[in-house]
Amino acid sequence: MSQPTVLYDVLGPRGRRNVRIGTGVGVVVVLAIVAWIVWRLDASDQLEAERWGILFDTESGVPQSLGRALGNTLRAAVVAMVLSMVIGAFLAAGRLSDHALVRAPVNVVVQFFRGIPLLLLIFFVFLGLPRLGINLDLFWSLVVGLTAYNMAVLAEIFRAGILSIDRGQSEAGYALGLRKSQVMRLVLVPQAVRRMLPAIVSQLVTLLKDTSLGFVIGYFELLRQGRSIVEFLGPRYGLQIYVAVAVVYIAVNLSLSMLARYLDKRTSRNPKVVFDPKAEETEAVVPLGRD
Amino acid sequence: MDAITENLDLYWAGFLTTVSLSLLAGLVAFSLGTLLAAFRVSPFPPLQALGAFYVETFRNTPLTVVWFFMVFALPLLDIALPSFFVAGVLALGLYTAAFVCESVRSGINSVSAGQAEAARAVGLTFTQTLTLVVLPQAFRTVVPPLGNVWIAMVKNSSIGAAFAITELTAVATRLVNTYPADVIAIFAGSAVGYLVITIPSGLLLGVVERRVVILR
Repeated sequence: MSQPTVLYDVLGPRGRRNVRIGTGVGVVVVLAIVAWIVWRLDASDQLEAERWGILFDTESGVPQSLGRALGNTLRAAVVAMVLSMVIGAFLAAGRLSDHALVRAPVNVVVQFFRGIPLLLLIFFVFLGLPRLGINLDLFWSLVVGLTAYNMAVLAEIFRAGILSIDRGQSEAGYALGLRKSQVMRLVLVPQAVRRMLPAIVSQLVTLLKDTSLGFVIGYFELLRQGRSIVEFLGPRYGLQIYVAVAVVYIAVNLSLSMLARYLDKRTSRNPKVVFDPKAEETEAVVPLGRD
Repeated sequence: MDAITENLDLYWAGFLTTVSLSLLAGLVAFSLGTLLAAFRVSPFPPLQALGAFYVETFRNTPLTVVWFFMVFALPLLDIALPSFFVAGVLALGLYTAAFVCESVRSGINSVSAGQAEAARAVGLTFTQTLTLVVLPQAFRTVVPPLGNVWIAMVKNSSIGAAFAITELTAVATRLVNTYPADVIAIFAGSAVGYLVITIPSGLLLGVVERRVVILR
C-alpha cells in the first residue's frame, strides 16, 4: 500500500485489520490452489525426479535439441523482426505521404494485412504460394508470413508515434526552412522513437511468441521440437518437456518485456521528453492492434 | 471461383464456428479478466500476487503453447476435456483473460486520484465513490483497449485450425487440396470471413468510443 490508489483511502486501524484478515484468507486460498495442483501432479506420478531429470541429462540429447530449437525460434524471430521493421518504416512513410496516390494504396495494404489472422497468412504462404509457382522452405514460409503481418502493425505504431509529436515541432522545423524529409529525419523521428519504444518492443514480443505458429506448418521451433521429442521418448516425459518449452518461452519473453519496461522508465526520466498524458495513448490509437 | 460457390455451406459452417468460438472465449476472458483485475487492485497482497502471476505467465506464453497444453498436456494429467472445441474455448479464453485484466486495470488506474478524493470530500461513501465516480470513468477509458483485445481474439481463434477445430482458416486449408487452381480465391474467402467480423466490430467500437469519451 505504498502508493495511494483511487479505489480506497489510506487505511485506518479497522481497515488495516480487515486487510490483515483478508490477506490471511488470500494466503490460504492461494496455498489451497497450489496444494491441489501438487496433489493432482503427484496422483499421476508426474513429480518423479527421474522424469524431470531428463531435461538436464545431456546424454538423453533433450537439452541439446531444445537448445537447437530455441536457436531456430530466435533465428526466425530476428529475421522477421528486422524485415518487418524496415518494411514497416517504409509503409509508415507512405501512409504519412502528402500524395493521395501514395497514401491510398499503402493504406489498403496496411489495413488488409492487419485485419486478417496471422495463421491464415502463414498458411497462404505455405500452402497457397507453391500452387502459384513460388516455393519457399519452412523457414521462409514462417518468416514471410510473420513479416507480412507485423510490418503492417509496426507501420501503424510508427505512424501513430510520428503523429503523437506536437505539431509545433514540425511547424518550427518548417519555419527554420527545413524540407519535409529533414523535418522527419531531424525533428520528428528522434522524438517519436523514444515515445514508441515500449509499443515497438511489446509488438516484437508478440512476434517472438508468434514464431510458435511454425509448429503448425512443421518448422522445427521449440514447440514442434518438444512434440517430436515426446513422440520419440513416449508420453512418460510429455508434461516435463512441454513445461520446459513453456518456461523457455516465458523466460525469453519476460526478459524482453523487462527490457521494454526499463526503456520506458529511462525515456520517461529523460528531461527532454516533456510529460504528455496523450503519449500513453499511442497504443490505443492503433485500432486493429493485436494483443 | 467454383471452389467458393460450391462450398458456401462449408464456409458458412466455418464462419459460425469462428463466431461461436470467439463469443464463448470472449465470455470466459471477460469474466475471468475482470475478476483478475479486481484481484490486482484489491488491498490484499496474496490476491495481487496471484493476479500478477497469472497475467505475466499467460501474456508471455504463446497462445499456440497454451492451446497445445489444453490438447496434449491435460490428458497426461488424466484430465479429459469433452471436445476440441471446449479445449479451444478454454485456451483462447484463459489466454485473452490476461489481456482483458491489463486493459481493465489500466482503465481503473487512469482515473485520477483527485476524482476519488473529491468524491470523498463531498461526503460520498466508499460504495458511492466506486459506483458513481470511479467505475463509470474507468469503463469509458476501457472501451478502446477492450475492443482491440476482442478483435485480436477473433483473429487468434484461427489457431484452432491447428488443433482440430474446423473454423474459417481450417476451411481454406482443406479446400486448397481439392481446388489447387483457386488458391487465392480460397484464402480470400476465409479472409473476408474474418473481415466481416473485425471491420464492423472496429466501426462499432469507434462509435461507442466517441459516445462515451470523456474530454479531459
